[in-house]
Amino acid sequence: MNLQPTQEAAGTRAALITLTLLLLGLFLVLPVLVVFSQALSHGVAASWAALGDPDALASIRLTLLVAAISVPLNTVCGVAAAWCISRFRFPGRALLVTLIELPFSVSPVISGLVWVLLFGANGWFGPLLARAGLHIIFAVPGLVLATVFVTLPFVARTLLPLMQAQGALEEEAAVTLGAHGWQVFRHVTLPNIRWGLLYGVLLCNARAMGEFGAAAVVSGHIRGQTNTMPLQIEALFNDYDWVGAFTIAALLSLLALLTLAAKMLLEWRIGLKEAAR
Amino acid sequence: MTVELQDLRKRYDGRVPALDGVSLSVAPGEFMALLGPSGSGKTTLLRAVAGLEFVDSGSIRVFGRDMDGVPARARGVGFVFQSYALFRHMSVAENIGFGLRMRPRARRPARTEIARRVRELLDLMGIGELANRLPEQISGGQRQRVALARALAIEPQLLLLDEPFGALDAQVRKELRLWLRALHDRLGLTSLFVTHDQAEALEMSDRVAVLRAGRIEQVDAPDRLYAEPSSAFVHGFLGESLRFACVVAEGVAHFSDPGLAPMPTNQKPGPAVALIRPHEIQLLPGHGAGHIESVHATGPLHRIGVRLGPRLVELLAPANGLALAPGNPCTLDLSRARLYPEESPR
Repeated sequence: MNLQPTQEAAGTRAALITLTLLLLGLFLVLPVLVVFSQALSHGVAASWAALGDPDALASIRLTLLVAAISVPLNTVCGVAAAWCISRFRFPGRALLVTLIELPFSVSPVISGLVWVLLFGANGWFGPLLARAGLHIIFAVPGLVLATVFVTLPFVARTLLPLMQAQGALEEEAAVTLGAHGWQVFRHVTLPNIRWGLLYGVLLCNARAMGEFGAAAVVSGHIRGQTNTMPLQIEALFNDYDWVGAFTIAALLSLLALLTLAAKMLLEWRIGLKEAAR
Repeated sequence: MTVELQDLRKRYDGRVPALDGVSLSVAPGEFMALLGPSGSGKTTLLRAVAGLEFVDSGSIRVFGRDMDGVPARARGVGFVFQSYALFRHMSVAENIGFGLRMRPRARRPARTEIARRVRELLDLMGIGELANRLPEQISGGQRQRVALARALAIEPQLLLLDEPFGALDAQVRKELRLWLRALHDRLGLTSLFVTHDQAEALEMSDRVAVLRAGRIEQVDAPDRLYAEPSSAFVHGFLGESLRFACVVAEGVAHFSDPGLAPMPTNQKPGPAVALIRPHEIQLLPGHGAGHIESVHATGPLHRIGVRLGPRLVELLAPANGLALAPGNPCTLDLSRARLYPEESPR
């Protein structure tokens, strides 16, 4: 057999592939399977009942609400930030890039604590807000704030390299042809970044729904009111309500799997487009 | 005047000026080249006229209208980018129709009218069969035509071209040059075009503005520019030039290379430089301080290497039966050289 310098012998290759698949199976596939099997361990009826529980329903609604607010917000801000950074040179530009990445490097628990420090009962603005009748910590606004913070980098970070590589020439061409700002964005910028944008939004959404650490700090764990799905799962788990906990966990996993499937579909489509070139 | 530029200045933060007091007028119907080495400010100048770049001071007038504060989209100037900047997700026809589709509703032609105009432009460019292709599916020369058609769709009277042939191979380049010039004449456009290729500039333009380090060195018709360069830089930039250092004293230039006859001049006394094109040097064989080192008898003129002390001078001379054997003594007549004062380094 003729080996290229960068090729390994067949035996080595098989061993490496097996090892990889084994690790993936053990750490990724197995847990998901366990979640689903545990959820259905007392039959479909028991799981269905667990889903119908008002507190469970409330947690699902809350998770969707938080995602529905934070994902669009971060999409708009992410596009704006990526556009600013890739199109302009301004003082503090490098700092802005670092700031956008900050949530990636900070523990989510700290991301939650920041908001408690700012808006909690003993926080900087807490007493002021309490007098105005506004509750942020241990309430929905706090959850939204924490989630927005944690998921901030996804859209901007996905778009930035893409927009930097594409450059501003097409936009300049559009301007010389008479297009105004919004037309340039709508007809030139957006079509060029659409796949990258969708990809960033999916990642952002997956994280928004699954966020635990930051949400746990600001939530207050009030069942039926401030428990998102991940928090509800923990609460039920601590109650030894295995079926309840794992049913919601299964639902959350399902949402994650759907996101992953959407992402794969997207990559496949992009692959097709590239192949057509 | 179609374009009038008054004392334009522009400095990118902390660097040497990109435009250092540029004034220039382009007459209606003129095809003018902005020629200069990279970094001479020619692209900055073009982008400033289009409104894609802001100058620090000076005024830009296009068709008599002051462009200060007029955004690029409202200037109605056609711009062709060096890399074409075609919209990659739009077909060729959609690219060409873009400018018309973006017009405010009141001034926007009907859909069928836009389609008709696009068709017209496609035919004008000779690329009718490419209408539904994407930019990535066509060749460089075809892209260039699409970029031009797109710029012309908004019916600009002023066309700005930034190194329009920069990304093309030599054959396509030659072909497109003649075609573009013919198109310019046929449509009655005024064109301002950036290039660093002197042959391109001299061949296509009515007038050429030679830029250097953010300043205009000379603006003239190609033949005059070639025959009477106003500075050593222009001489050296346009066409092959040989340089001889000399010192002027009492109206006579004395060359530093050995065996060259002094020549009369009206230059100021002091160090100077004489520039001459290889075919303007006259070879005087038979005697002298130099000797012939090599003879390449290819082409209509022979390329002859002459050794003058430590220096080898390559000149062009017609093969007229002179004794041009290597080793023969000779001297050079530089009386057609142009003298310039010693350049101050910029």
